[in-house]
Amino acid sequence: MSSEVVTAAPGLEFEEPILTIEGRIRELERLGPANETVEEELRQLRRQWTDETRRIYGQLNPWQIVQVSRHKDRPYTRDYLNLAFDEFVELHGDKFYGDDRAMLTGFAKLDQQKVMVVGHQKGRTYKERSACHFGCAHPEGYRKAMGKMKMAEKYGLPIICFIDTPGAYPGVGAEQRGQAQVIAESMYLMSQLRTPIICVVIGEGGSGGALGIGVGDRIAMLQYSYYSVISPEGCAGILWKSHQFAPKAAEALRFTSAHLQGFGVVDDVLEEPLGGAHRDHHQMASRMKHYLTRTLAQLREIPADDLVQQRYEKFRQMGRFLEADTAAT
Amino acid sequence: MAIVERNDQAETKSKVFKRREIPAGLWIKCGGCQATIYSKEAQKLLNVCPKCQYHFYVSAQERLEQVLDAGTFEEWDNHLRPTDPLKFADKKSYAERLVAEQERTGMTDAAMTGCGMIRARRVAIGVTDSAFIMGSMGSVVGERLARLVERATEQKLPLIIVSGSGGGARMHEGILSLMQMAKVSAALSRYREAGGLFISVLTNPTMGGVAASFASLGDLVFAEPKALIGFAGPRTIKATIKIELPPGFQTSEFLLEHGYIDRIVERSKLKSEIARAIDYCGW
Ligand SMILES: [Zn+2]
Repeated sequence: MSSEVVTAAPGLEFEEPILTIEGRIRELERLGPANETVEEELRQLRRQWTDETRRIYGQLNPWQIVQVSRHKDRPYTRDYLNLAFDEFVELHGDKFYGDDRAMLTGFAKLDQQKVMVVGHQKGRTYKERSACHFGCAHPEGYRKAMGKMKMAEKYGLPIICFIDTPGAYPGVGAEQRGQAQVIAESMYLMSQLRTPIICVVIGEGGSGGALGIGVGDRIAMLQYSYYSVISPEGCAGILWKSHQFAPKAAEALRFTSAHLQGFGVVDDVLEEPLGGAHRDHHQMASRMKHYLTRTLAQLREIPADDLVQQRYEKFRQMGRFLEADTAAT
Repeated sequence: MAIVERNDQAETKSKVFKRREIPAGLWIKCGGCQATIYSKEAQKLLNVCPKCQYHFYVSAQERLEQVLDAGTFEEWDNHLRPTDPLKFADKKSYAERLVAEQERTGMTDAAMTGCGMIRARRVAIGVTDSAFIMGSMGSVVGERLARLVERATEQKLPLIIVSGSGGGARMHEGILSLMQMAKVSAALSRYREAGGLFISVLTNPTMGGVAASFASLGDLVFAEPKALIGFAGPRTIKATIKIELPPGFQTSEFLLEHGYIDRIVERSKLKSEIARAIDYCGW
């Protein structure tokens, strides 16, 4: 019956049953004011959509979660700035080399609260994506972020970091301008800032490039995002000798939001709308706003000395090891 | 963040094996100038090629002997043992890999930490060993280093960390290994606030998450000649940008030229250079 061709992007084939139903719904809706039979069919289709989406999204494996986190329609930092904040005043200027489009920084208002936002940006159109290097920041991006975060501390603005990167950019210029140096310095700086910091992994949390803006008082993750020491493809290339084993590596790395909460690395997981954040930017943004507002209110109550001390202890206790003396007795 | 991928790793690993398996008194081939040299002669020069000054691998134990006054090393936190929080398995389980690495290297994990004397001055010192799972940083390496930095802060000791890591963070421990970067960096941040002197010594190779954390945070950064140092592995970069890499890219000399290293220090002079820096800084 449907004339609409439904194809899922590579890796997202598991969404096909959902896309098929969505295609038929759109088609019926296009017909305009409908009679009772069409209305009934629509009602049935919507029920079917809910059941099917719940079934599919209820059993996503880690590799499928990676695909969702990379979905081309997934809300990016810029989308949250548009939908969850009242105002965004972008500040460029790393005062050193150039403006990295993979890192967005600036003043923002969240329910009339003034904050500083720092976030990776992937870009929606091909042109934007290549200008943003697909969300892979250069050293100038981290320098810009550090500059704005220092400014936030100076003027008492809380900091909100949106993490969404496959990793810091691997290139000749990036190495020449100190990629390792800036990531190290940024963590070093963030561990000492006397202002509240909330970090949210909204899509991909790609290793050092993510952690470079990832040291905060609260670390949150969207339900279908991932945060990992290495990309599943990179891990598969090293340990299984082929990128084709990425799904296996995704399983082994235990990097989904549920796992990370279990390891004590992530404090909060933000539930996504049914079928993923890419299906409903408004609802996701509204949940984000609610989470940020509530968490900021808690953090603002904590005196700066305690805040910095608690942040130190938070990261200090991360890791798993045995103490042989106690294990032996 | 084990950025150095497959081929680099296989290569480095086999080199390590070869190096470890050289019985004294044999001829070996230098990885720098390809010359055939008498291994005893290299050993006399602290494992440096007599022809081209190529710096071969040295173990953490040997490094400590080279840098510290004889018999002064007191090891800290050797009772910490790695575990397998992810139940990670590729072709081999991580738990098995750990046992195999421990037997092969005689170490419990990739870092040794403690205190000792350099020209009769007490210092806190940590050394990572690139032979143990590429010198990668898992929870034990991170914890030993964090405790080292905290004790150096409390006891007001100069801090020296000699890095050698081809892998950076240890992927077998997943996100927990990544977080060691933040943990050790945070500890160093407090050490600096307290006025400490941190001398970071980079050796071949220092890559990925180790380069992007404590190794880059020294008040002074020294590097051995011709070491491979960087964030992303050369093969990853080549695959991304699809152009030939400039000659000498990501070497100590390259980093010095671009402003990220204070001094290139030959192995034979490392101890005296550290002693002199401590003397200048009066810490
Ligand atoms: Zn040579």
